[in-house]
Amino acid sequence: MPLHFELVTPAKLVRSEDVHMVVVPGTEGEFGVLEGHAPFMSTIRDGALQVFRTAGAAPEVIQVRGGFAEVGDKGLTVLAEHVEG
Amino acid sequence: MPSLKELKGRINSVKSTQKITKAKQMVAAAKLRRAQAAAEAGRPYATRLSAVMASLASKVSGSAAPKLLAGTGSDQRNLLVVVNTDKGLCGGLNSNLVKAAKAKARELQAAGKSVEFYLVGKKGRAPLKREFPALIGGGFDTTVAKTPGFAEAEAIANELIAMFDAGHFDVAHLIYPTFKSALAQDPTVNQLIPVPAPADAVEADAVVEYEPGEEEILEELLPRYVRTQLFGALLEREASEQGASMTAMDNATRNAGELIQKLTIQYNRSRQAAITTELIEIIAGAEAL
Repeated sequence: MPLHFELVTPAKLVRSEDVHMVVVPGTEGEFGVLEGHAPFMSTIRDGALQVFRTAGAAPEVIQVRGGFAEVGDKGLTVLAEHVEG
Repeated sequence: MPSLKELKGRINSVKSTQKITKAKQMVAAAKLRRAQAAAEAGRPYATRLSAVMASLASKVSGSAAPKLLAGTGSDQRNLLVVVNTDKGLCGGLNSNLVKAAKAKARELQAAGKSVEFYLVGKKGRAPLKREFPALIGGGFDTTVAKTPGFAEAEAIANELIAMFDAGHFDVAHLIYPTFKSALAQDPTVNQLIPVPAPADAVEADAVVEYEPGEEEILEELLPRYVRTQLFGALLEREASEQGASMTAMDNATRNAGELIQKLTIQYNRSRQAAITTELIEIIAGAEAL
């Protein structure tokens, strides 16, 4: 089951795709989000977002700065002010 | 009756004006497409952010609410943040914005409140200064950046929030143009600080876990929200400027065309008249012999 993942910056919608898992650098520690995660909201610290397209694949790393992550029934939405890579 | 030479000079000068307006129109049309795309690309962030804001704000209320949401408890001192363009040649866009700002200022003053202006963009400065010389506070110069982006919005928001925290004002209103189409850009007045409580109360959905807590997230979210509002205003301004400019320059080009036609007719008429007079003179001279 894929997880719907969206990465949004003020300038544009960077990603909107189905992935296996995303590891988010939360303020109180990193957390991985898989399909079916409980509703959750966290601020994020500056760091790397790891996107696993399939189970066991090498992660794609996206540097984000300032923002927060929201997990709902529609998947994971990361709102970041700056995105690199 | 102007002489032939004068007429020719005027035709040429109108022609070169037309060239300028036509070029400006085409530039604006090309830029408009980009500005519009940028404005549209910025919308998902804004909608998501306000959705999250709405769900959080309904949970955190009362005395626990941060100052940016609850306000200072007074609405005496008002700050009007007016977003104008930096360049002219865009029809009535700036004067409409200034008119809206003046109307809002008058309304607040009539209610016995004090008003101060914070100006973004160059074009609103002169007319507002003429009307309210004592009330012009700070401002932000957007001319340095070619296309104002999030960095500028961030700088403006940080300055405004710092002013709010220092107690310079109680309420801030944002006045900016909303891009509807190339023909219509309406000045919009929005309350910026304190952040207006979302009207649509979100239904208490499934239990959401918050990390750290609701208050902390909200506290971080509010400045972000202000920044996003300003960024949106800058994007709208950009699209509005290009749209208004395109329309104004289209009209100007058409007017110049009409003027050239009229002047050409006048030129041909007076040339014909001159030839006729010359002929009459020659014939009269020949007959006299």
